[in-house]
Amino acid sequence: MLDLNTLTPAQYRARYLALQEAARRRAATALPPSVTAPQPLEKPLKTETVPPGAYVALRLKRFDVLRITNDSGTPGAALFLWNADDVSERYNAGDTVKLQWTTTLTTGRVLFSDMGRVLASITADTSAGHDSIIGPNGPAQAGTGANGRDNLRLAGAKFGLTRRDLAPAVSLFSHIATDETGRFQYHAAAASGAMVELRAEQNVLVALSNTPHALSPVTAATGPISIAIAHRPPAEDDLCRHFTEEAVRGFINTDEAFS
Amino acid sequence: MTAILDITLPARAPFSATLKAGQIMRIIDLEGQQAVDALFYNAQDRSERYSAQDTLAAQASSGGPYYLQTGSVLRSNEGRAMLTLVADSCGFHDTSAGACSCEANTVRFGHETRFMHACRENFLTELAKYGMGKRDLVSNVNFFMNVPIRPNGELTVDDGVSEPGGEIALRAEMDVLVLISNCPQVNNPCNGFRPTPIRIIISDT
Repeated sequence: MLDLNTLTPAQYRARYLALQEAARRRAATALPPSVTAPQPLEKPLKTETVPPGAYVALRLKRFDVLRITNDSGTPGAALFLWNADDVSERYNAGDTVKLQWTTTLTTGRVLFSDMGRVLASITADTSAGHDSIIGPNGPAQAGTGANGRDNLRLAGAKFGLTRRDLAPAVSLFSHIATDETGRFQYHAAAASGAMVELRAEQNVLVALSNTPHALSPVTAATGPISIAIAHRPPAEDDLCRHFTEEAVRGFINTDEAFS
Repeated sequence: MTAILDITLPARAPFSATLKAGQIMRIIDLEGQQAVDALFYNAQDRSERYSAQDTLAAQASSGGPYYLQTGSVLRSNEGRAMLTLVADSCGFHDTSAGACSCEANTVRFGHETRFMHACRENFLTELAKYGMGKRDLVSNVNFFMNVPIRPNGELTVDDGVSEPGGEIALRAEMDVLVLISNCPQVNNPCNGFRPTPIRIIISDT
């Protein structure tokens, strides 16, 4: 039997390089539009408009789909998630980027919890980027105005949670990337009408705030975002559930909790 | 420099200590290429804790890089300075990739790695001594760990660039509880596939 505690450094390295090569191959393969085209969101259970600077606290059931539309091209929306059945399980930014070998979160990728399980899948995305390294703004950027950090705390408070229950979050509709000198550059806010769609893979609590990215030169939201929720279980050949071998293993862990 | 504490922390081991404001903690990578995972809490109110995003947002706003180096100020979830990296022989410390866990290992490296040792096990062991738990775990600092974020978005764990005897020094800007996991990971190159001991020195200057 393979004893993983006694392999040689060369054997460990070979295992790592094989995984890395597969991840790079996956990242370099463009998906055809027929695979990534958003599916219609029929019969929404709920729709709501979130004004600039405001937030919502949402409860989603497993396989509910949350569509977030940036109606006005506002520079970011802050997002955090918890497992509704055990709030000590929550979004983990480090695992999300590390397990998928990329900071690029878009259609096909998933949002991991700290327990090696998937909280939500990104089932559609027409935005130019979402960031989970620098993340939403706070009082340091927004001054006395509404900010992502405080709004996520307020949304969490509506579920009885405190600042202990927050960790690095996502800033949707925020295109940032490193340059050759190792600096993050903020590129642009999303276009008006940009949309991202998340499918809950567990019962989840969602904090969503209409507030900018921490590096946005515009530090207050410039217009509304809107949400729509519908129930749509994944098809057999669902993209997110099969996109990478890491996702497949993450869904083994996730589905085990519901079997 | 009179050491208040001077220990060798064995490979794979956990550690914690409280630093008074102004005290210095040095971490020495004795044999090189050893990742040292660290988390920090305000010793007076532990719900104020290290925030990787506050740290990187402030650093990026002043033109700094996406990793930690000499001069980096480690900030809390209230945006306050907790510690400053006052000396650094390595020049590159990660704060984006988080700590390894048994559960994340199953996803990243396969279910056969589930029962191997991991940093979050070390963190939880130390946190339990203070009545704390999983809710207190947030993205940490990985000293001496080389995690490039490339312009195309790729994030990997590459071979460490820390030489034997490499050293960092942190100055506490408030009273801080420090958690350390001398990383046990062998499934990626963060420890050169061979975890090794580190030395920790705490002093008043």
